Amino acid sequence: MNFDFAAQAPKLMMLLWGLVAFAVVVGGLLILLDVVPAFFARRREAQLVAASAGGGVPLPRRTKPREGLFALFFLLPTVLLLMIGLVVPAIRTTLLSFMDGGSQNWVGLDNYRWMFAEDAIVRVLINTLVWVTLVPLVATGMGLLYAVLVDKARLESLAKSLIFMPMAISFVGAAIIWRFVYAYRGEGQEQIGLLNQIVVSLGGEPRQWLLDSPLNTLLLIVIMVWIQAGFAMVVLSAAIKSIPADIVEAARLDGVTPWQMFRQITVPSIRPAMIVVVVTISIATLKVFDIVRTTTNGNYDTSVIANEMYNQAFRYGQNGQGSALAVFLFILVLPIVIFQIRNLRQQRREG
Amino acid sequence: MAVFARPRQALVIAGALGLALGATACGTGSSTSSGNNTNADSAECAPYEKYQGHDGKKVSIYSSIRDIEADRLDESWKQFEECTGIEINHEGSGEFEAQLPVRVDGGNAPDLAFIPQPGLIQRFAERDQIKAAGAETKAMAEENYPADWLTYSTVNGTFYGAPLGSNVKSFVWYSPKMFQEKGWAVPTTWDEMIKLSDTIADSGTKPWCAGIESGEATGWPATDWIEDLMLRTQTPEVYDQWTKHEIPFNDPRVAEALDRAGTILKNEKYVNGGFGGVRSIATTSFQEAGVPITAGKCALHRQASFYANQWPQGTRVAEDGDVFAFYFPAIDPAKGKPVLGGGEFVTAFSDRPEVQAVQTYLASGEHANSRAKIGDWVSANNKLDLANVANPIDKLSVELLQDDSSVFRFDGSDLMPAAVGNGTFWKGMVEWINGRDTATVLQGIESSWPK
Repeated sequence: MNFDFAAQAPKLMMLLWGLVAFAVVVGGLLILLDVVPAFFARRREAQLVAASAGGGVPLPRRTKPREGLFALFFLLPTVLLLMIGLVVPAIRTTLLSFMDGGSQNWVGLDNYRWMFAEDAIVRVLINTLVWVTLVPLVATGMGLLYAVLVDKARLESLAKSLIFMPMAISFVGAAIIWRFVYAYRGEGQEQIGLLNQIVVSLGGEPRQWLLDSPLNTLLLIVIMVWIQAGFAMVVLSAAIKSIPADIVEAARLDGVTPWQMFRQITVPSIRPAMIVVVVTISIATLKVFDIVRTTTNGNYDTSVIANEMYNQAFRYGQNGQGSALAVFLFILVLPIVIFQIRNLRQQRREG
Repeated sequence: MAVFARPRQALVIAGALGLALGATACGTGSSTSSGNNTNADSAECAPYEKYQGHDGKKVSIYSSIRDIEADRLDESWKQFEECTGIEINHEGSGEFEAQLPVRVDGGNAPDLAFIPQPGLIQRFAERDQIKAAGAETKAMAEENYPADWLTYSTVNGTFYGAPLGSNVKSFVWYSPKMFQEKGWAVPTTWDEMIKLSDTIADSGTKPWCAGIESGEATGWPATDWIEDLMLRTQTPEVYDQWTKHEIPFNDPRVAEALDRAGTILKNEKYVNGGFGGVRSIATTSFQEAGVPITAGKCALHRQASFYANQWPQGTRVAEDGDVFAFYFPAIDPAKGKPVLGGGEFVTAFSDRPEVQAVQTYLASGEHANSRAKIGDWVSANNKLDLANVANPIDKLSVELLQDDSSVFRFDGSDLMPAAVGNGTFWKGMVEWINGRDTATVLQGIESSWPK
């Protein structure tokens, strides 16, 4: 298809406007950030000079309040945007979760009761549980294994970049790639799916991989692991590299086997990094939406909370039920976040 | 901070440049106001006289119509725009159903929307988010459309907008060429159709092709099957009770319709030509589903009139061509011809006079004929002149819509609340094709009906 610049003019104009607005707002803020403190500094300098020159004149009071005001000026947009973008919607969603589909009448806990009573939704909750247990464990495990195996090997950076590359692909992109891997064509036709082609060349019959539960959920989990293992590998590899050489050397002198080295030196040393990786992947997994939506659209018992939430709220017009799912997802993420914050604090104290 | 003298200069320059660019952009952006009202008094403009007096006003329209169909729509109201000076901005979106409520709730509603789901109109009406149609629109719609079409966009006695385009769903696509070669006759009753299917199956070909994959909307083509069979195994009255939930979704009569559809869709002997077993229906996209007919891999494909646009390029759609469609036969012809169809309704989110003028115009015979002349269009508008409908399938559709013996009913899933009609009904059909039994599927849909 040809790209007609004239026909796209309104969109391009919009793009230009966006860039202009960005330049004005951000540029303006940066200038302000540069000019105002400089102004305060210069004034204080001048006052100090005046004070030292005048001798008898008392030192001016420090102009803290006005600088505080300046700080507030920069804090305010952040607080405001956080309120608009996060706090208010969170409160509103919570309120909506106690209302009916049209957000008009209060229904109490009905939406939450519905969540645990409806077989289809319970299925969704179970699927999410499967995702959130399997993905962090498998992805971190594979990342760790790979990081250890490839450590100090020849062509290490090449091997690492191969595994890391899927991270660069969006979830939707990855899901589309894997949908082709799992694609099905009838028996006797040319298979376009890698998996079915392998099965056929081994003498088997092509299968519709994504139609059978629970196999399909596991196959979708493979996609997420494929994306996240690279992330785990990179972080853990860096952690392994930062283990002090003298500790490794001391262990070597004590004559540890590779397994003992791994168990007693490597893993304890990189524990903080592993926790970060597991927590990050867990949160990403709880929110998984794109992969499910793109591959199966939640059909064949593969739906997860985020996908169901979108369906209920935006497609079915059931705001209450959608909000209840959102709140439930929020509650599920909360302990992980709290754990992570506590962990970080502890590390800082130890450090 | 004060040390970065150079970046500061750069920023000042960037800021100034931004302002300058902004000023020029502003200059070019607003220079499109039209002065093309010169021929407003000409003879061509006579039919549009009653819509005049809103020169320079703009009306925004949002719909699910895109690409070539959207271009044709733009062309269809060009004359109207020129004669009245009203500028119509149409925007089509593939995410229309999900985005419209978001836009409306977000205070960014279009002036008009072409809503294909009466269920959605009802939802907006109950939340007071749409405007009742003006008296002129109502009069125009009552004059031009059959009474039952108007009931679909009427909620609690208030009329919200006239229908626009329509489609007829009760069609079975086939290849006249293949039928002639093999000596098959177009079936006119259900029994003949089953007999023909058996004949084809015995000859080693799978008679039917089907596919219900449609991205987010996967499952809808199967709901059309069920609706068509509800109309054929039950009376239209039972159909109405079903869509209004006056009988439960798992009523034995619904199960009967589902099982009847299953005698074709879930019959390994009958499906699925060129794609695989019964379950391949779930993963075959509806756009591709009928195409094996052109390769002789199957003979029959039940799909709406708009499937005419899905055939590979170069396929001749005609009664003696490569493909054509026959009426999906009734089980008991004595009860008349049940016809399942759909269409979109022009509903308004604002009631400015120019919006009402456009709304009224879209309900008129002038627009229906103007759009039909451009091609590939069907409407239930009774001012539509059959001579303006070129495409043979469209002609057949309009004939069916205007046929006195047809018993027309609107697509049931579009009448139901979105949670069912766009949700569990679709999903339930996918599970049903995937092997789940009728009773479990119907029970699941029933329990999801919003209370």
